[in-house]
Amino acid sequence: MISDEAKKEIDIWVAKYPEGRQSSAVMQALTIVQKENGGSLNNELKQAVADYLEMPTISVQEVATFYENYNNKPVGKNVIRFCHNISCMLNGSDELISYLEEKLDVKTGEISKDGLVSVKRVECLGACVGGPMCQIGDQYYENLTKKRIDEILDGLK
Amino acid sequence: MNNICLKSIDKDNPSSLATYEEMGGYKVWHKILHGELSPEKILEELKISGLRGRGGAGFPTGLKWSFMPRNQEGQKYVVCNSDEGEPGTCHDRDILRFNPHSVIEGMAIAGYVMNATVGYNYIRGEFMEPYYRFEEALKEAYDTGLLGTNINGSKVCFDLYSHLGAGAYICGEETALLESLEGKKGQPRFKPPFPANVGLYGKPTTINNTESFASVPEILSRGGQWFADLGVVNSGGTKCFSVTGNVKNPANFEIPMGTPFSDLLKLAGGLRKGRTLKGVIPGGSSTPLIPAAKAMKMTMDYDSIEKAGSMLGAGSVIVMDDTTCMVKALTRLAHFYYDESCGQCTPCREGTGWMYRVLKRIMDGQGKSEDLNLLLSVQDKIIGNTICALGDAAAMPVESFITHFREEFEYYIKHGKSMVESDG
Repeated sequence: MISDEAKKEIDIWVAKYPEGRQSSAVMQALTIVQKENGGSLNNELKQAVADYLEMPTISVQEVATFYENYNNKPVGKNVIRFCHNISCMLNGSDELISYLEEKLDVKTGEISKDGLVSVKRVECLGACVGGPMCQIGDQYYENLTKKRIDEILDGLK
Repeated sequence: MNNICLKSIDKDNPSSLATYEEMGGYKVWHKILHGELSPEKILEELKISGLRGRGGAGFPTGLKWSFMPRNQEGQKYVVCNSDEGEPGTCHDRDILRFNPHSVIEGMAIAGYVMNATVGYNYIRGEFMEPYYRFEEALKEAYDTGLLGTNINGSKVCFDLYSHLGAGAYICGEETALLESLEGKKGQPRFKPPFPANVGLYGKPTTINNTESFASVPEILSRGGQWFADLGVVNSGGTKCFSVTGNVKNPANFEIPMGTPFSDLLKLAGGLRKGRTLKGVIPGGSSTPLIPAAKAMKMTMDYDSIEKAGSMLGAGSVIVMDDTTCMVKALTRLAHFYYDESCGQCTPCREGTGWMYRVLKRIMDGQGKSEDLNLLLSVQDKIIGNTICALGDAAAMPVESFITHFREEFEYYIKHGKSMVESDG
């Protein structure tokens, strides 16, 4: 269920915490297995993380449903997380989100028909001086305009 | 400007150890390793400096450190709160990206003062670039023998690790952060006991914000009085401000406390052509809105902003010009708190939902004349009735927006559309 590579990565995190406190690594473990599983989590994966870290399943389930960055339903190959909070809003994020939805023919929260992209409206990502901004994978894209969004979408595979 | 936490921002390779050392970095840490600086002396300098917690609460850092039972047996921890997520705030991100060694040195010094040999830097899960920069800096620090056990034979021990979050605003609250660091849902703990007595894994723990830690090395290097004199009474030193919203050049500025707001506005390029100032949120979305006339008279320090009716908070200045629909702005903030309430306390869990739904109803043209009083009554029932400050943070903007721009809300209710033409 969890690849050897992912286990190795999880072990690096486990080593940061005192002995017997491996549950501190649960957030990263979920992040790592989610990445490996096309960007979302299912019950089997959460069970596997619970088993690997010797945690009660419910504790893993709680973490997986509490934090925004875990997707408990399938998502597109690329998730565009668009900030709609105040600083971005004041600089036109709503208009750009509508543009994105129209261009991709998806609503926020949905996956595009080709499965390539899903769009999420998210709360502040902490890059307010570069608003409007969005996150795709590990990357932040700031000072967005329609033209810049076109370029970014063209680059997505 | 940009003299302490952001001082490497314009340098080549700003985050590297070489750059940091060129600027005088790790001088204080070496002094400590040579036994030339006692914990008592450090606490004294910090108290003189007037440094107050930069994360938003403004608690004096030196005093906070002195609460730690440093002579108590057993493990103690230092934790850095890099879970930056207050809407309008993004200067800790720049400190981590451009000056990560200042955070490392600040945390190591804290560890030495409080006799805590292990530290964690809790970085928000989306901050991958800052995380990688911090990790690189950490590796440099270990490789050159600045961290670890019995560092250079000094008997001083400090190990530092980064931890990544996964998207929850509430984890910026220090006890929620500790829960999260232990691998649980980020739900704040009851206080007391305070983290200084029962913190991470039940051990004494001190949590400070990124900017607070990053300020420490420079303060100790140049003296507490030097730092205090940069600012004004009760607000020592400099502070990083993120200026965002309706300004020409949104950016981070590290400026002396007590700088007039009007000067800070000029630094950010001022308002856009033909626009007038409507209101300012001075310390991040959790702090009350200040109308333009009052804002133009305030200076950027704890006391002046309080006098103007708000709080310095995290130093996140959100500027709104006359194109801003205050109903829409408040609805967006209400949605944020509704989304981010951890669900633990009923007044916050239910109240944030009520406030958002009532505002949404007004935005949808379904507002009722009694809605404004309903909103004020809900916010009043949240304030002071929750374990942590998220409830208050959600409530305070509601009161300030309605108090200062009541006619705009009444117009929206009556006409089903915004008074601000360009933003319906």
